[in-house]
Amino acid sequence: MAWARRILRVNLTKGTCTHEPLNMDWAKRYLGQRGLATKYLTEEIDPKVDPLAPENKLIMATGPLTGTCASTAGRYSVITKGALTGAIACSNSGGFFGNEMKNAGLDMIIFEGRAKAPVYLFIDNDDCRLLDASGYWGTSVWDTEEGIKEAHGDAQIRVASIGVAGEKGVKFACVVNDMHRAAGRSGVGTVMGSKNLKAVAIRGTKGVSVDDMPTFLKAVTAGKKVLAENAVTGQGLPAYGTQVLMNVINETGALPTRNHRDIQFEGASKISAEAMAEPRESDGKPNLIRNAACFGCTIACGRISSVDRTHYTVVDRPQYQKASGGLEYEAAWALGAATGVDDLDALTFANFICNEQGIDPISFGATVGAAMEMFEDGIITTKDTGGIEVKFGSARALTDLAELCGRGEGFGAEIGLGSKLLCEKYGKPELSMSVKGQEFPAYDGRGIQGMGLTYATSNRGACHLRSYTVASEILGIPEKTDPLVTDGKAGLVKAFQDATAAVDSAGICVFTTFAWTLEDIAPQIDAACEGDWSVEALLATGERIWNLERQFNLAAGFTGKDDNLPPRLMKDAAKTGPAKGLTSGLDKMLPEYYQLRGWSKDGVPTNETVSRLGL
Amino acid sequence: MKIRVKLYASLAEHLPAGTKGNEADLEVAADATPATVIAQLGLPEKMCHLVLLNGVYVEPSAREAATFRDGDALAMWPPVAGG
Repeated sequence: MAWARRILRVNLTKGTCTHEPLNMDWAKRYLGQRGLATKYLTEEIDPKVDPLAPENKLIMATGPLTGTCASTAGRYSVITKGALTGAIACSNSGGFFGNEMKNAGLDMIIFEGRAKAPVYLFIDNDDCRLLDASGYWGTSVWDTEEGIKEAHGDAQIRVASIGVAGEKGVKFACVVNDMHRAAGRSGVGTVMGSKNLKAVAIRGTKGVSVDDMPTFLKAVTAGKKVLAENAVTGQGLPAYGTQVLMNVINETGALPTRNHRDIQFEGASKISAEAMAEPRESDGKPNLIRNAACFGCTIACGRISSVDRTHYTVVDRPQYQKASGGLEYEAAWALGAATGVDDLDALTFANFICNEQGIDPISFGATVGAAMEMFEDGIITTKDTGGIEVKFGSARALTDLAELCGRGEGFGAEIGLGSKLLCEKYGKPELSMSVKGQEFPAYDGRGIQGMGLTYATSNRGACHLRSYTVASEILGIPEKTDPLVTDGKAGLVKAFQDATAAVDSAGICVFTTFAWTLEDIAPQIDAACEGDWSVEALLATGERIWNLERQFNLAAGFTGKDDNLPPRLMKDAAKTGPAKGLTSGLDKMLPEYYQLRGWSKDGVPTNETVSRLGL
Repeated sequence: MKIRVKLYASLAEHLPAGTKGNEADLEVAADATPATVIAQLGLPEKMCHLVLLNGVYVEPSAREAATFRDGDALAMWPPVAGG
């Protein structure tokens, strides 16, 4: 129960769609979504495979709670070997697609091979077909989604697709569903594009059952009460969204600015949640129109925004004058502070383009920041950029590059390499602010020491969502720790990593954990699913998943030496704020982290650890 | 003594009248503390969740003890989160 107990295997080379029973032995050890799909992937592909080869596979996976009435239970993930990183990739998305997939009776869809010509997968409950997508190839996510709904005459169809960026091989292309929700990181959309798979369109009406409905309803009701009564999930996030962090992180001196040259941005207040709510001069309306919720969510942190109609980006371009997915904190940071741009409308427009063409705004903005540093240092010139003055603070450069990158054209195609390859190409690898090829998100590892360890050890490359110690180090959730010290951070990071791996495998949103602990989550999973899903079982599952991902990366060729940070964070001290004079203390934290994980000094899980976790 | 007060999210409505943006200079007594500033501005104490003095977190238990130097920045938020 809760699991649909069914997967769909789509062989794109042969053009076949076949239902298979879910491996329930694996489900009971890896739960679902992130964990279970990683288990399937690691069993089915060679970790050394080229991410863009037909032999790589791409899995869309729901969790056991997806599609149930638990709060936020609309999540799905895309799991593959990442095009940006060459590491295990798992990108999680909200919206409504995951719920529709589960209601079509699917725990997972496994895509293998490569179609000879562009196709999309259409699913209407048990009816699954690959259809010609040549009419959509070369079009945006927005046009594809609208086109497919119109072609099938059903506005209730949910669509996940790639934009032109994914077709053109931009390394950090996303899979976007419901117009502006994205499985955003690591280039999962690039892998989808390499398979000539433009979209997945689903109509599902089968319903989702659970193991013990009366107990489940009690647990779900109790969980929703906790979310409603918690000041963060009940008031803060719905009112201000994640963007409220802009001023918080800037004030604490951990806001990476201009490719991490600085850690405080003088323009932070102009691109913050508070700025989004300010009436603008031209029409008296604010950037922020309303908040928004994904399927089943009782938090509703999403933002719906509009660009000022007089702004240069949208004049005479009505398609961008409509309300659409607005800035979230990570996107606003990458498009803004990382590039030194403080034009809120330019950031909102660039974010629209990221959604429209399916590119990860974090990797895009961070890569533009690296390009801007090389441009200002004279390493890149206008001869390289096609005449664009790629200077820090240039809104025009940001928006021009967003459009070019979205189409995979001109210097935008070079931005689409990601910062690692771009900086290597121009002989400045040290200017890529990345780990395992993936760009940092919006926190500086000098000002928030735990995040340095988080980035260095993240299995999918630098990522805040693998262990969001910001919650503890800055926000005091569940308890306050000092962001400037390294003591205790190894244990904190491991605890966040294991718990998050379990949450990511359940079908719910990690934002619930601003209010919920595993004590709130375990009863919901336990009532929904067969077997024992106590807090202890979830933590053991999370640790097993983390080590499984680690084993995949080691087999792919990564080593402990890749658990590192760029020299800028290790050698260049923070210039301002509370962290002034500090570098990352990764060298102090990493050995303790390996020890706590039960790994060797080289970062390899010991035989004892592998045996203990039953890997 | 003057300090710079920064109030964000729902706390911004408690800034002195006529304030543009989220910060204003505030004249405070020589022995002022974050707790006295919270009272001086009429801020709901329970909503002053995150209190930073020059960017450094002030524990709730330290709000009556921490003192200011001229030009210090005191920033406050209600319960918020992101990511």
